[in-house]
Amino acid sequence: MSTQHIDVAAGCLPTHQLLNVDGKRIPDEELDHYLKDLKEADLADFLRDMVVLRRMDNEATALQRQGQLGLWAPLLGQEAAQIGSVRATNDDDFIFPSYREHGVAWARGVKAEDLLSVWRGAQASGWDPNEVNIACQQIVIGSQALHAAGYGMGIKFDGGKQVSVAYFGDGATSQGDVNEAMVFAASYQAPVLFFCQNNQWAISEPVALQSRTQIADRAHGFGLKTWRVDGNDILAVYAATKAALNHARHGLGPAFIEAVTYRMGSHTTADDPTRYRKSEQLEEWKAKDPIDRLVKYLHEMGADVQSYEQRAQNAADDLAAKLREAITSMEDPKAEELFTNVYAEKHEPTERAAKNYLDYLADFEGGE
Amino acid sequence: MATTMLKALNKSLHDALDQDEKVILLGEDIGTLGGVFRVTDGLKSKFGEHRVVDTPLAESGIVGSAIGLAYRGYRPVVEIQFDGFTYPAFDQLVSQLAKLHYRSRGRVKMPVTVRIPYGGGIGSPEHHSESPEAYFAHTAGLRVFAPSSVEDAYSMLRQAIACDDPVIFFEPKRRYHEKTTAELLPPAPDASPKAKIVRPGEDVTVVGYGPTTYTLVDAAKAAEDEGTSLEVIDLRTLDPLDIDTVAESVKRTGKLVVVHEASRTSGIGAEICAEITERCFDYLEHAPLRVTGFDIPYPPSRLESHHLPDLDRVMHAVDTVMRHHEATEGAAK
Ligand SMILES: Cc1ncc(C[n+]2csc(CCOP(=O)(O)OP(=O)(O)O)c2C)c(N)n1
Ligand SMILES: [Mg+2]
Repeated sequence: MSTQHIDVAAGCLPTHQLLNVDGKRIPDEELDHYLKDLKEADLADFLRDMVVLRRMDNEATALQRQGQLGLWAPLLGQEAAQIGSVRATNDDDFIFPSYREHGVAWARGVKAEDLLSVWRGAQASGWDPNEVNIACQQIVIGSQALHAAGYGMGIKFDGGKQVSVAYFGDGATSQGDVNEAMVFAASYQAPVLFFCQNNQWAISEPVALQSRTQIADRAHGFGLKTWRVDGNDILAVYAATKAALNHARHGLGPAFIEAVTYRMGSHTTADDPTRYRKSEQLEEWKAKDPIDRLVKYLHEMGADVQSYEQRAQNAADDLAAKLREAITSMEDPKAEELFTNVYAEKHEPTERAAKNYLDYLADFEGGE
Repeated sequence: MATTMLKALNKSLHDALDQDEKVILLGEDIGTLGGVFRVTDGLKSKFGEHRVVDTPLAESGIVGSAIGLAYRGYRPVVEIQFDGFTYPAFDQLVSQLAKLHYRSRGRVKMPVTVRIPYGGGIGSPEHHSESPEAYFAHTAGLRVFAPSSVEDAYSMLRQAIACDDPVIFFEPKRRYHEKTTAELLPPAPDASPKAKIVRPGEDVTVVGYGPTTYTLVDAAKAAEDEGTSLEVIDLRTLDPLDIDTVAESVKRTGKLVVVHEASRTSGIGAEICAEITERCFDYLEHAPLRVTGFDIPYPPSRLESHHLPDLDRVMHAVDTVMRHHEATEGAAK
């Protein structure tokens, strides 16, 4: 497999690839086992998920351009890494995502408009973490990894059967918090899965600036059971995530997955990647597109690809239309919202501040 | 020729790099990209990757390694990408950088400048609009600069870099595109920045810094139309705090309004009001007032216009101190 573009020392761990770029199935002694329950219908669902997600992402970028969102962090190119991994989790596995894991939240049932409302600046968060078992999206790089470690320690201490999952990027692996999280999870042998999407870039910084070895090899050094997979191969991502969850769930300690993928879009809508990377790199990765690859595989299998694609397209059109309508008609929050939820318990100074300001606004609007 | 605050900061860094080979810049995305705001645009290609250093993504690492470089005789200038990402470096800033001169009994100097684009009003998501200056003004051993004008951005950054103490340098990011046609002049040797009366007046002293200075000048213009004369003071430095300039003004006006975006409780405004109450008690005609961000986490961007002190809220405070004044004047007659 050609991951030679990565300017880091060749690692000790192999990179699992179950579907090559031409959509040919490559046997994998270790991981094939985790695909045995997957039916053609499941693959068609993967395809639909990825197509809908890509459409949601494009729609969000367009909405940002039109001033409907403050900012957007596109996930273009990372669909397989996100869908393949989240679809391998149980609904009660608790996930701690970063700001780019839109696909993870959406696959767990978060509505696209609730997700986008935060990027619009209309509310602080778009879902109840305890309802969907996903924490709020984390912007401070790496902080959520420690939260996942702590949640996993809790599972271990109270004898639960869940796994706690942290998502983060290649850049995040430089943060103290991420390294401390691996130490904590390993120390207590807590059921935690660290899922790193190595999309080659942290804004303008290539992954080699963060790590001179494969990221997976570093995790291995912390004593974590580690897999490195082609992150644009949904079968490899799904199988490795199943294997890692299985490991953690059975009390064997924390696990780590490095999913090697590529950020095909800009870092965020505020970014201009032409300032720091060559277009050839993007072209090279377009040939490894995760959606195309699954389509090719479905063809190989002799499936009725056209009908699956049509179904996916319809779902994408439907989501895009509803999303646009919901966002463009979304009302701005009321001033009261400023002061709500600062504290869980009664807090008089906040109440006073709220009253003062709302009275001031009322006077003001009353024309005083 | 007109220049912007971004360009003035860029020139300041350029001139510092040019004149002292021990000056070194460190930060995320500051090299090839030129920084997410482009403050360091072009500097890596001119001075090389060992003078303008793209660092791994770790703020504690950036500040901690800047300290090591300072031990080695360098004069590091660190960029924290956004205000809200300062906190991972908190230990290195307040327990290390701030204290090393004291701890070493004056033998180790820490001429480190930490640039932080700060403040709200640009429609950003969480952690991109914070005003954390009070934490650092509260910490002995750190100097805290907060320029507002383009000229000050240039000269105060030169002063910060030249200073043998650590300086936390707050850049008012929402004013990055502010322009000036004035010439950018290096600071006079040995001069250190002081508060500045940016608009003289007689009735009320209004004090701000960084982004709010502009709001205060607008307020002064609006008040003038209503027959009230505001004296606008731009603090420029939050540590040391130039209370003398503020006190001298309040002794003339008898009224004080302090304005900042940062939250109210235990903020810079509280400090100024306390100092002025101690020093000018007999001159005060009204209790000093504060107009600030609320004591809440920085809100979602579609609520931020409420949170940021605007012209109306400043004028409301001015009216409050003036009305009281007029009422007592009337009673005396
Ligand atoms: C503590 C902290 N420092 C800096 C930033 C600014 N920032 C946002 S995303 C990013 C790069 C993150 O790269 P990576 O971890 O690879 O994730 P990706 O964006 O590629 O998904 C940076 C530096 C931040 N959000 N938090
Ligand atoms: Mg990345």
